[in-house]
Amino acid sequence: MRFMMLMIPKGYETAAPGSMPEDKGRVESMMKYNEALQRAGVLLALDGLHPPSMGARISFSRGRPKVTDGPFPEAKEVLGGYWVIDVKSRDEAIEWAKRCPASDEETIEVRQVQELEDWSDEIKPILEESSIERWAKKGE
Amino acid sequence: MNAAADVNRAIDAVWRMEAPRLIAGLARQVRDVGLAEELAQEALVAALQAWPKSGVPDRPGAWLMQTAKRKAIDLFRRNKRFQAIGEGIAHELEQEQMTPPDLDAALDDQIGDDLLGLIFTACHPVLSPEARTALTLRLLCGLTTEEIARAFLSPEPTIAQRIVRAKRALADAGVEFEVPRGQDLSDRLESVLEVIYLVFNEGYSATSGDDLVRPQLSNEAMRLARILAGLAAEEPEVHGLLALMEIQASRFAARVGPDGEPILLPDQNRARWDHLLIRRALGGLARAEALLRESRTGPGPYVLQAGIAACHARAKTADETDWERIVALYEALGALQPSPVIELNRAVAVSMARGPAAGLAIVDGLRDEPALKTYHLLPGVRADLLAKLGRHSEARADFEHAASLARNERERAHLLKRAAESAAGT
Repeated sequence: MRFMMLMIPKGYETAAPGSMPEDKGRVESMMKYNEALQRAGVLLALDGLHPPSMGARISFSRGRPKVTDGPFPEAKEVLGGYWVIDVKSRDEAIEWAKRCPASDEETIEVRQVQELEDWSDEIKPILEESSIERWAKKGE
Repeated sequence: MNAAADVNRAIDAVWRMEAPRLIAGLARQVRDVGLAEELAQEALVAALQAWPKSGVPDRPGAWLMQTAKRKAIDLFRRNKRFQAIGEGIAHELEQEQMTPPDLDAALDDQIGDDLLGLIFTACHPVLSPEARTALTLRLLCGLTTEEIARAFLSPEPTIAQRIVRAKRALADAGVEFEVPRGQDLSDRLESVLEVIYLVFNEGYSATSGDDLVRPQLSNEAMRLARILAGLAAEEPEVHGLLALMEIQASRFAARVGPDGEPILLPDQNRARWDHLLIRRALGGLARAEALLRESRTGPGPYVLQAGIAACHARAKTADETDWERIVALYEALGALQPSPVIELNRAVAVSMARGPAAGLAIVDGLRDEPALKTYHLLPGVRADLLAKLGRHSEARADFEHAASLARNERERAHLLKRAAESAAGT
């Protein structure tokens, strides 16, 4: 099963553009944690994200996109980064998250990635349709 | 929520994460893989008793290791069988217990070598591939005997016996718990990679109706290969095998249609491919190729197969596939491991790159190959090429011959349909 561990650092919603982690010790311990994930063979991907003040939100109203530049005053929790891990169970994902050397200001949310078999029987065929079938339909 | 059940599930997860490191560390110290596993099991039993009351400790791995070592000391002191060899080891272990080092740091430093040692021991060439596979799943993936039995559709006692015999065979052969070095490592690596790929293919061939443990095997194989890629980072074939498996796994969701019918590569919906896995695989393959350039050696079979898979993975549409490159890779693979099946694959690639007539010439050269006498794909491929050349009556005969050799109903039905189409001259 694939899980995303979402890192939610308090205060990141108001962080200035370009702010990066500067505490050497914390970066080192986080690197060690990432290595442990990799050595265990569970790590598929990870990324840190620049603060929302450098991002934008695109909302939709009656199908029309509207762009708002960051920061977003209404946002209480924002993402700081994520890991994608492949583990055997939700418990294993939680166990990995517990081992993260996070600070009091940080929360990790563990979320399972959707797989094909999670979809309903009505939706599945849309996802499973091969390109040749779509192409054939277009030709009709 | 039931608190006791929560703790038990947490113990399960901890066990899966810690068991390989635990068994590996113990095996180095007690010099016996079977005994190391028993000690680790005893530590697990102790955890199952203690943790529901005390909660899961902060460093569960260190707790399990300490407990297992204490059990080892008891055993060596108590049991006459171990006294001669055990005295020295027990003393070593006791010294360690008296001055508890920073266990996590000690674990991390030594653990790489220990794990590698465990992988090489479980996959030792004195064992049959079946025994190696069962032992690997048990010791390195933390699968229970029951899970392994379900995964391989075998009765549980058969697997249990296989594991017991494998451990005994290792002891009887006097297999040392150690990491091979130099040329020895490359030679022994082959038997490790064989086991990993075998486990992967067991999972890959599972169908949707199968027990969930079966498809899980492919993930176990990739996890093992990722661990190995970290521990034996200088070995191109490890990266090659991992890349090959990741690209094949990237097509899991796209390879079966709504009614369970197989969808062949050119017809798969490429948006359904797992592009995260493909990206990882292409990175791993590049790593392997860089290592080969550095050492000025030629690619091995896994790097070549990964290279072929990568040609498909890179193509945004089937038409964009670099067939000439695939032909070259099959030529290299055939030179390394001459095989009529590889030759047949090369024929398909040649037909895609240079037209059906060029492919047919190679296929016709394979017609008297004894190894392909009952292989349905030989007449299947030939029929397909004949049909493309407009030679419909010959195509029909070969499709029918292929159908008579097909391994399952679905394939047979498909080949008979093609035979009927050829008969109609379309």
